[in-house]
Amino acid sequence: MKLTESEYGKLAKRRSPNTKLYKTVPAAFLVGGLICCIGQAVLNMYKSLGIAEEQAGTLTSVSLVFLSAVLTGFGLYDKIAKHAGAGTLVPITGFANAVVSPAMEFKTEGYVLGVGAKIFIIAGPVIVYGLAASAVYGIILFAMQAA
Amino acid sequence: MSRYIGNGTVLLESTPSVVSYGSAAGKMEGEGPLGSCFDYVSEDSAFGENTWEKAESRLQQHAFEQALIRGNIAESSISFVFAGDLLNQCTGSAYSMRNNGARFIGLYGACSTMAESLALASVFADSGIGSLNAALTSSHFCSAERQFRFPETYGGQRTPTAQWTATASGCAIVGAHSGPPYVKAVTIGTIKDMGIKDANNMGAAMAPAAYDSIRTHLDTAGKAPEDFDLILTGDLGSVGSDLLNDLFMQDGVKLGNRHNDCGMMIFDREKQDVHAGGSGCGCSASVLCGHILPKIRSGELKNVLFTATGALMSTTLVQQGESIPGIAHCVHLSFDDSL
Amino acid sequence: MEYLWAFLVGGAFCAIGQLLIDLTAMTPARILVTYVVSGVVLGALGIYEPIVDFAGAGATVPLTGFGYNLAKGVRRAVTEDGLIGSLTGGLEACAGGITAAVVFALTAAVVFGRGDKTTGTVTNG
Repeated sequence: MKLTESEYGKLAKRRSPNTKLYKTVPAAFLVGGLICCIGQAVLNMYKSLGIAEEQAGTLTSVSLVFLSAVLTGFGLYDKIAKHAGAGTLVPITGFANAVVSPAMEFKTEGYVLGVGAKIFIIAGPVIVYGLAASAVYGIILFAMQAA
Repeated sequence: MSRYIGNGTVLLESTPSVVSYGSAAGKMEGEGPLGSCFDYVSEDSAFGENTWEKAESRLQQHAFEQALIRGNIAESSISFVFAGDLLNQCTGSAYSMRNNGARFIGLYGACSTMAESLALASVFADSGIGSLNAALTSSHFCSAERQFRFPETYGGQRTPTAQWTATASGCAIVGAHSGPPYVKAVTIGTIKDMGIKDANNMGAAMAPAAYDSIRTHLDTAGKAPEDFDLILTGDLGSVGSDLLNDLFMQDGVKLGNRHNDCGMMIFDREKQDVHAGGSGCGCSASVLCGHILPKIRSGELKNVLFTATGALMSTTLVQQGESIPGIAHCVHLSFDDSL
Repeated sequence: MEYLWAFLVGGAFCAIGQLLIDLTAMTPARILVTYVVSGVVLGALGIYEPIVDFAGAGATVPLTGFGYNLAKGVRRAVTEDGLIGSLTGGLEACAGGITAAVVFALTAAVVFGRGDKTTGTVTNG
């Protein structure tokens, strides 16, 4: 072969089609925006029932997680996600999908080593680094308050 | 007897015959352009089993059984089975053959396994080792996906260069010289790694290996591309096929229509939304056994250079940032038996 | 108006995520981690609060909102309980969402069968 590794790398890049941004970005924007609107509607509904702001927020998260779990269960969430990309990844429904889908998938390996052990195989890093960042913030905040 | 002529190339002087072949596929492959070619198509991707791993083994058994039926061969008369798949520890094949009395040789060559197993089964047959030797491989979209990528119901997006693991299996049974198709020569490839790291672009990772093995075969066996009606690569997909053409163009060789790729043939890339094409060791196996071997038997195709390609990585090594080594093996299949 | 801003701001968070997927080599998992950590940082710096006031669910539903919630919870817990709050506040604030995901996931595992992208169905079993 007459090409060096870097020459081949360039050729391969040229031959590899890119994602069509004019399609993927608007789709992500639309679906993501829509999910947020659903969230807003759910939040307003809880608030109109006289539920306090804080609790209404939590209930909204729980409701969206439930909605996503149902759609995932029926195999519909991944069909929307194929087109929506980050539009279904970034909202909390994407987090729920990332927890529900391995739970379903690894049931064949049992409820403990399959479902239990693999439930956070995709979403785990989000919790790990979210909690770690929040703990660091707490320590800095404490140091600042003490000073 | 087999004669080694260097550069990984073996001439099979007795020109053993592919005495029978069988193929099996899933629903999507059945709906693809080659759907009518497969001997067995299941509407149920689980093939009546309760796990995807067992489904793959069952799929493989169907291809094996179809080959036995077509050749009117008793299961007990198979001497050696060279089998492989994509699952960890090659379990797709081991579990499909666990109640079969044949001598079992498990192989792993990723998507190149059909060429690897066919080459070995043929060399064994040519050397008079075993009366009937089977080459058998499979892949299943769902078992591959859960091992290499994501759960089925996870909402992910595929990149345009990604390939779709075919749910398919193929089995070729090689025996002593009788009738076409004949196996004339094989070339065992070397591992080529040109630094491609994107596991969603396996075509680009494998194209250099395909080029190298085909080039080596042509040069060593004293052949030109014109000596073949078809140079059939296994699972380069659209990106890898373009790159293979580019690499040959640098030698001033235009492959053009003489080249086709199993990954591009098994699916309708636009309608079936499989991006760069099909992949998996069942892809080239089913295309070969369902579509190509019958055409060589009938004489519609005279000489085919079957070159299945494999990307020899694992998720672990990819996560460690390593590039993807590629491999390709060539098998020269022919309608006539003159060497 | 409330809905318009939720749509526009929420949509923008997702569009940025899509650009990261398509233009960089970042995997979806890395993008989500980046979003959550960014949410914590922006929440800690007091930048995210005004976005939430302005866009409502458009800011709380994306995963940055999850990070913001973690930061908010830690701030309250540290203020009320001292240093120990840095370990309790985050999870307390997000307990509902995380536990709901686990409980619904387990339920889904019991109720539903295996997904199958090749047929676009969920099989029983």
